Parts: sequence; C-alpha cells; structure tokens
Amino acid sequence: MIPVFGLAVGVVLGLLLQPEVPLWLEPYLAIAVIAALDAVFGGVRASLEGVFNDRVFVISIASNVVVAALIVFLGIQLGVGAQLSTGVVVVLGLRIFSNVASIRRHLLGA
Amino acid sequence: MASPVGPPKGPKLPRQPRSAKEPKAANLPTSTSDHGTARRWVASTRRTRAAAWQRLRAISQPRLTRGNVLAAGITVLLGLGVVAQVQSTQAGDLEELRQEDLIGLLDDVTVRADNLEDEVRQLELDRDRLAGGQDDDAAARAAQSRLETYQILAGTVPVVGPGIEIVVRDPEGGLDTTTMIDLIQELRDAGAEAIQIGDVRVVASTWVEVRRDTLVVDSVNVPKPYRIIAIGDPHTLAGGLAIPGGFADKVRRSGGSLDVVEGDEQSIDALHSPTDRDYAQPVP
Repeated sequence: MIPVFGLAVGVVLGLLLQPEVPLWLEPYLAIAVIAALDAVFGGVRASLEGVFNDRVFVISIASNVVVAALIVFLGIQLGVGAQLSTGVVVVLGLRIFSNVASIRRHLLGA
Repeated sequence: MASPVGPPKGPKLPRQPRSAKEPKAANLPTSTSDHGTARRWVASTRRTRAAAWQRLRAISQPRLTRGNVLAAGITVLLGLGVVAQVQSTQAGDLEELRQEDLIGLLDDVTVRADNLEDEVRQLELDRDRLAGGQDDDAAARAAQSRLETYQILAGTVPVVGPGIEIVVRDPEGGLDTTTMIDLIQELRDAGAEAIQIGDVRVVASTWVEVRRDTLVVDSVNVPKPYRIIAIGDPHTLAGGLAIPGGFADKVRRSGGSLDVVEGDEQSIDALHSPTDRDYAQPVP
C-alpha cells in the first residue's frame, strides 16, 4: 500500500516541481523508467507469489536501471543508440508483459 | 512486507472444495496426459490463486516495514521519473527526435529553403520587370500626354471641349488687321488652348491680315461672317472679349456686331498641316 502512495506522491511531486531533465539524461531517463517499471511489476508478482524480498527488489531495480542505461550509453557511443534503445524497450516490454501475465494468473487464475 | 520466502500455504487457505469441482476441473486443457497430475495442477492453481489474493490483501495494509519503505522510496522516484519524462517528451520537439529523423528534417528544411529562395528570386525578377514595365507605362503615358499637347498646339488634331463660338458680322468692313490680331491675343491671354478662324486653325505660325476688306488667315480667305471658335474656359474667354476697349468694343465701334456663344462642347475640326522646316534644328 505504501509503495502505491509513494507512486502517487512521486507523480504529484513531478507535477508540482516540474523537474527539468538535463539534455544528457534524456536518452537514459526513458529507458530507466521502463526498467524500473519492469522491476516494480516483478516486485508485485514476487509479493503475490510470496517470495518478495526487499533486498532482491532494490538490487533488481538498481541493476535493471544501471544495465539499461549502460546499454543505451554503449549504443550511443557505437552510433546505434536508437536501435539499442529500441531493443531494450522491446525486452523490458516483454518482461513487463510476462510479469503482468503472471500477476493476472495469480489473481484471476487465468 | 518482509514476507518469508515460501509462506505456509495450507493453513491460510479458507476453502478447498476440491471434490465438488473435480469433474469440471478435469475438462480443463492440460498438457499432462496423467489425470492425477492434471487434478493436482488445477488444485495447486486454485491454491496459489487464493494465496495470491490473501497476500494482496496483506500488502494492501499499510505496514511500515523496511521493504515497504524501500519500495515506496523507489516508487516515488519512479513516479517522478515518469512525470519528468512525459513532460520533457511533450515539451521537447526536436530534442526527442532520432538522428535520422533530424537529418531528414534538416534535408526537408534545406530543400524547402532552397525552393523558397528560388521563388524569392523569381518573384524579385517579376517585381523588377513589373516595376520597369510600370515605368515604361508611365513614360508612355507621359509621352502620350506630351504628344497630345504638342498635337493640339500644332493644330494637327481636331479638338473638342468647352469654349466659345464668336460670330462677327462686319458689313462695313471696318475691322482691321490689328483688331484681328488683338482678338487672337485676347483669346490666348484668356487661356484659349485652340483657336479656329473660319476654316483655319490658328497655330504658332499663323498670320492674319485684312486685305481689302477680306480677312486672310494663313493665306486663306475667310468668308463673312467670320466664325471664330476658341477652346478654353468659356467665361474667361467671353470676359476677355467683353472688357472695355476690347474686341467687342472695337467691332461695334467699326460698325459691326458680334455674337458670343458659350458652350461646353465646342469642336475645332480645322487642321494645320505642318510645313517642312528647312533651317531650325533642335540643339542636341
């Protein structure tokens, strides 16, 4: 419950503060957000399976974000930043789908 | 929510009506061929489902645990990031585009700018041409106006316009050359732009003489009564003739009479044919 409040608080904070995203961060932020979303859905799934572990959650979210940012950074350095970003988005999107499907199976049994 | 891995599933499950649902459950598609395995799979699914709902209810309770706080902190950051990214995506226009898109955009803009520059050049040419044409037109109009003025002065074109018509009857032959010259001078002084005496157009080179009771203008005998038409402001012309000691007075004193008719549509149709000049040359 508290994490849901946290999400709402974050959204409200973002709307109130209107944070200016630095230019160099722009390519990473989108990927990082998607990676974090993936980790969050993974955490929800884990808690529904009863295997939620805060340490695992934090490490998974951090590693997701860092690895995604690294891949994008590498892609930009290699000149294929756009393509690699697309690849990361596809992979993370698939993971989000599978996580959501797992949550759905857990809650609805279908 | 620091839940232990693998919570006790059995005790928490409130309902396990396995026997009642068994026939239906057997119809469920399953990859296993063994009926017992399928039954076990269905049962475990149902069990985990109930357990999942149980845990969902459990994590819905706001409990201040380390995991909850950590997750809350991360979700705060996540919400912040999502909003920031969404807003920067909505605000940014070119920054969000990929390199290829930017190159395409640049190409488009360049091509468009080139086209526009071409158009500007073409339009400037057109404008210059039209302006030149206008100059030509104005010059032509001015030239035409000058030509008309000169034609009227030279008496080579018929003229219509407001003016007066004078009919002079001179039964006693009292009019002399001076009077006729005075008449022409008076009309010119009153602003006459074209004058005709009898059938002769009065121009710059016109001469007048009364020779033995006969008016001769430019070697042409003018029959009596003398008919004189002048184009100009009718009132001024008539007034010029009527001044004391003027033409009208002189005609009456010499025993003649005259009628002056002012009209808005006098017409001078006598033409002067210019003679070839032999001596005068314009100064270059």
